[in-house]
Amino acid sequence: MSNILEVKNLCVSYGGIKAVKNISFEVPKGEVVTLIGANGAGKSSTLRSIVGLVKPSAGKILMNGKEISGKSTEQIVAQGITLVPEGRRVFADLTVLENLKIGAYMRKDNLEDDINWCYDLFPRLKERHWQLAGTLSGGEQQMLAIARALMSRPEVIMMDEPSLGLAPIVVQGVFDIIREINKQGKTILLVEQNANMALHAAHHGYVMEVGSITLSGTGQELAENESVKAAYLGKARNKK
Amino acid sequence: MTKKKETIINVSLIVALLAVLYVMEHTLPSTAMIFTVLKKGAIYALVAVSMNLLNGFTGLFSLGQAGFMLLGAYTYGILTIPVEQREFVYMYYDGGIIHFSVPVVVALVAAGAVAAFFAYLIGLPVLRLKSDYLAIATLGFAEIIRAVFQWDKLGPVTNGSNLLKSYPTFRSVIFPFVVSGICIAIIVMLINSTYGRAFKAIRDDEVAAEAMGINLAHHKRLAFVISSFFAGISGALLAMYQTTIQASMFKSAMTYEILLIVVIGGIGSITGSCISSFLFIILSEWLLRFLDSEMYIGDFKVPLLRAGFRKVVFSIIIMVIVLFFRKGIMGTKEFSVRGIYNFFKKRAQRKNAVQGGDSNE
Repeated sequence: MSNILEVKNLCVSYGGIKAVKNISFEVPKGEVVTLIGANGAGKSSTLRSIVGLVKPSAGKILMNGKEISGKSTEQIVAQGITLVPEGRRVFADLTVLENLKIGAYMRKDNLEDDINWCYDLFPRLKERHWQLAGTLSGGEQQMLAIARALMSRPEVIMMDEPSLGLAPIVVQGVFDIIREINKQGKTILLVEQNANMALHAAHHGYVMEVGSITLSGTGQELAENESVKAAYLGKARNKK
Repeated sequence: MTKKKETIINVSLIVALLAVLYVMEHTLPSTAMIFTVLKKGAIYALVAVSMNLLNGFTGLFSLGQAGFMLLGAYTYGILTIPVEQREFVYMYYDGGIIHFSVPVVVALVAAGAVAAFFAYLIGLPVLRLKSDYLAIATLGFAEIIRAVFQWDKLGPVTNGSNLLKSYPTFRSVIFPFVVSGICIAIIVMLINSTYGRAFKAIRDDEVAAEAMGINLAHHKRLAFVISSFFAGISGALLAMYQTTIQASMFKSAMTYEILLIVVIGGIGSITGSCISSFLFIILSEWLLRFLDSEMYIGDFKVPLLRAGFRKVVFSIIIMVIVLFFRKGIMGTKEFSVRGIYNFFKKRAQRKNAVQGGDSNE
């Protein structure tokens, strides 16, 4: 299977602080890949540099074999990568429908089909299409943020902590959606602190610690890995 | 209500408005205060809407409006003074260096274009700034422009600190209404387009907007240039209305007046800006005039009333609005035929429901 996204020796720094130190990983086409790690591990910085919101200080990012590092966000989104930003960040004073239309900003063709597709995925959004996004509940805002990202017809969707601040039942719903979108052929790069849910949804996983990748494997392997369990899944090592 | 019906109603309302203005003009004496209010109100409505496009819809807090109006007013004046009058207007500068004049419509567009051009140049550095810093930078720009236009060395073009006059003006109140109306209609179309949505997205969340692939720098500059274009046109209209112009009248106080109109009308509401600009002009030019003159009731001299007191009252009004009515008259809502229709429809439905007695509420 070919890799749709390849990150090679990526470094990101903010001033003198190195947030991401020389990491490499691949995202195979049609899979769900997750980056897990604690706060400050550099997960979000990795996503932000892939989509061009921050410029990497070194390294390469390849999309379908073509280099995209150093390009503007505009160009990268046009290539078919989109980011669901951390904390949802819906456009609060715009209606749900307007939010969706902005998601498709890079495209000038007919949006009708895509809007209907999003409404099929998220029936709640259809009910509330006229409502201001700021008045939606947290879970609905997360749905809207995902739907908005889907509107650009991306090949790769990157999600930055989609479960942040949501009730467990709503988190379950978010992960169901992630599986559903993946089943429909989209590649997903998922950054999560909720390691348990993320690893069970993912084909591949990488564990990040203070800017470096320390472990990698299939979702299953990592979920069963003793040190991962100890660090992220809340199971003490000596229990077994 | 169908879309077609709505359009018909809107068009007939516009025709009715123009008809009323026409009738008024032919029945009332031309010195009536109402005409001052209508003319100035229409001009201020345009500049307020252009400021709202920037402050309310794109979230860029800019205070450069008076500077761009000055550019528009001077461009208009300089380009339209008839050739044979130039000798008298530019009497201290040997008739100036420009020896041609262009038709009014061309000059109006040029007024906008010059303001837009300067906005583009100034936008390159200042649009990197945010909120208060942007406001300070644009305010500084407006002050610099005002000083430059009074500079003696530029006299052959700008007539230095002397008046520009004798250029074509308008007498009918319909002229500013039509020009402002067309310009505001263009702004409304822009706001309802994909660009308008992108502006609003930038206002709501810059990072998310950028992640959607919206080029922040490009769109901010676009909003700034377009807003300044229309501020320039309104400056030209103001020049026509006042029949003479001088750089010293485009003070920052003018920008604050416009800001006041935008805030009273509701930041993010076009119709709000229009309504409040007429309201503001009615109050400041007409109804509150008495505050500036001393008044005696019998032998009793009413305290506080003296020249300048009007400004104090306005300052109090702006404070009250900012403290208690931050949303202004309209908030971010728009006044529309459809809105009124829906309002009455809902009311009728509720009434029916109550009378019908079949509701459980």
